[in-house]
Amino acid sequence: MNAEVRAIKTPAEQALNAAYAGARAKLPGKGAIADLRDAAFQRFDAAGLPHRRIEDWKYTDLRALMREAKSLAEPAKAKGKVPALPGLTTDRIAVVNGRYEQAWSNFKPGSGVELGDVFAFAADQKSYRLGEAPGRDDIAVALNTAFMTGGVALRVAKDVKVEKPIEIAHVFADGAAAAMYPRSVVVLEPGARLTIIESFNGPADVDYQVNSALELVIGEGAHVDHVTIGNDGSAALRISTLGLKVGAKAVYNGFTYTAGGAVVRNQVFARFDGEGTQASIGGATLLKGHQHVDNTLVINHAAGGCTSRERFRTVLDGESHGIFQGKIIVEPHAQKTDAKMASHALLLSDEAEAVNKPELEIFADDVQCGHGATAGALDSALKFYLMSRGISEHEAEALLIQAFVGEAIEEIAHEGIREALLNAAAKWLATRGQ
Amino acid sequence: MAFLEVKNLHVEIEGKKILDGLTLSVDKGQVAAIMGPNGSGKSTLAYVLAGKSEYNVTEGDVMFNGQSILEMAPDERAAKGVFLAFQYPVEVPGVATMTFLRTALNAQRKTRGESELSTPEFMKLVRDTAGHLGISQEMLRRAVNVGFSGGEKKRNEILQMAVLQPKLAVLDETDSGLDIDALKTVADGVNRMRSPDRSMVVITHYQRLLNYIVPDVVHVLAKGRVVKSGGKELALELEAKGYAQFQGEAA
Repeated sequence: MNAEVRAIKTPAEQALNAAYAGARAKLPGKGAIADLRDAAFQRFDAAGLPHRRIEDWKYTDLRALMREAKSLAEPAKAKGKVPALPGLTTDRIAVVNGRYEQAWSNFKPGSGVELGDVFAFAADQKSYRLGEAPGRDDIAVALNTAFMTGGVALRVAKDVKVEKPIEIAHVFADGAAAAMYPRSVVVLEPGARLTIIESFNGPADVDYQVNSALELVIGEGAHVDHVTIGNDGSAALRISTLGLKVGAKAVYNGFTYTAGGAVVRNQVFARFDGEGTQASIGGATLLKGHQHVDNTLVINHAAGGCTSRERFRTVLDGESHGIFQGKIIVEPHAQKTDAKMASHALLLSDEAEAVNKPELEIFADDVQCGHGATAGALDSALKFYLMSRGISEHEAEALLIQAFVGEAIEEIAHEGIREALLNAAAKWLATRGQ
Repeated sequence: MAFLEVKNLHVEIEGKKILDGLTLSVDKGQVAAIMGPNGSGKSTLAYVLAGKSEYNVTEGDVMFNGQSILEMAPDERAAKGVFLAFQYPVEVPGVATMTFLRTALNAQRKTRGESELSTPEFMKLVRDTAGHLGISQEMLRRAVNVGFSGGEKKRNEILQMAVLQPKLAVLDETDSGLDIDALKTVADGVNRMRSPDRSMVVITHYQRLLNYIVPDVVHVLAKGRVVKSGGKELALELEAKGYAQFQGEAA
């Protein structure tokens, strides 16, 4: 009874094994990159797909949710258009079917901003090695590393302030389902400033799969506003990982908006390496039908005197599942850490399910840390107040839901992005049944 | 026929009887005060008139302007002209007061088949009314009642009433928690709205408010029914003698 039981590989795991064996020789990057892939694949092969008995994946049982592994997506055949949020213009870098497509992009590198293919960057990079960002032990990251087909490297030079938002637009552009594994790196040298958007789009009703990873390296005193917009097709399965490495006295403001996809996991692994950094990580998630969306954060205060704020709001309709897992780690020497986390879920139906799992692991003694989590239905006293003024039940609900989500979205500093997402949320609400 | 006619109303909440055969009529243009001790059913009457769903009407009817309103949702009643000024106005985070007023007014107008008010018309209406009540532009931009003082919340109720121009205004203990200056401001706001076309039901525990909003009639509520009715002097009598004389009567 005590013998270790090696689980039989699921069809998806077997398919991933076969896919790696077949693709290994053809995947881009030789030498160190090939070694990185092999090591990552071995990590995956030993562990298998994460499942409900793995604590970090307890509520998103990938072994059960990912019945099959799609074959690797081919490069896009014809040039197409990147779907954009109405009213938002950006300098766009398109990553289509997991590969940087210059023809789909309108971003022109200028003074102080370099853009290149991620493997070219990895080959000639001295100061930063691909795969150094936090999160490399995660199995989804290992799969991305094994299969990464392309992506971009973006570097903002010291003290350069980029005015217009730069968007890395991930698009799945095929009629038949396949899997894409984009990997990108964004580096801000000390004192630089950037607003970066990552967007995810794909066709409705195609069960394509995305496993993306972004390594974001923020130098001392640099400032990044980062917004992720998840508008995947209705049948998509997407796992996106952000590995965040932050230097001293830096500012990171992240926000994740998720409304699309069948199964989505946004994971953030952050580490503050220098003192005096301020980070705010927020999110708004709008779910209906059978959607399953998981926002998982691991925030590591590895240096003292840093402030972090995590604020997530989830609206759940239909039979959707919304998960928030947030772990704040304060290392023994990280004194004067100020970390607060809050997650609020608004349940619009009896069948929807919200999970809030905040965790604090504090090893320093002079810190201020806290967390709060709520889950509940719309307040009937508020609804009655609005209705007593002549507002219909449907409109009263819409107003209250919009206010709930709006309070999260309002934290985005960039006005254009904020307005575009407020409008997107209003549109989502308008599609709710009358 | 009376404008508001409450007939033999029996109301329960969570199985507990609160109103026990309440009968009351208010004429068009009349200001009726409802006074009574704590627990007599004053606030229940207010909520039932506005349509709060937790209250279970087991018997009786409420006719307003010739129509039974008990089956109507709160928003339908509002469009018909029923307005409740809450004893404890609710905070609505994330909804700006201006947006709230505008959404409410336009929703009512739409239900009545009227066109929406233009932005300049609406702004003028709100600005004029807010000015009388000492409500600043800054307050109008803030979320409804969030961070408002008790007095500001009560003034905001009267502002809503003035913007929505109801036919029947029910004021539930509008005087509670107000100092004398705030009470005067609120009473002035109410008095400006007295009109031959509008009825008001002023619910209060104390006579003090009725010095400023002088009622046409006073009804005394005890144990869920009206036990005495009279002119405005009845309020003074209650002030002098207290409610004890009625406590046993309805039992």
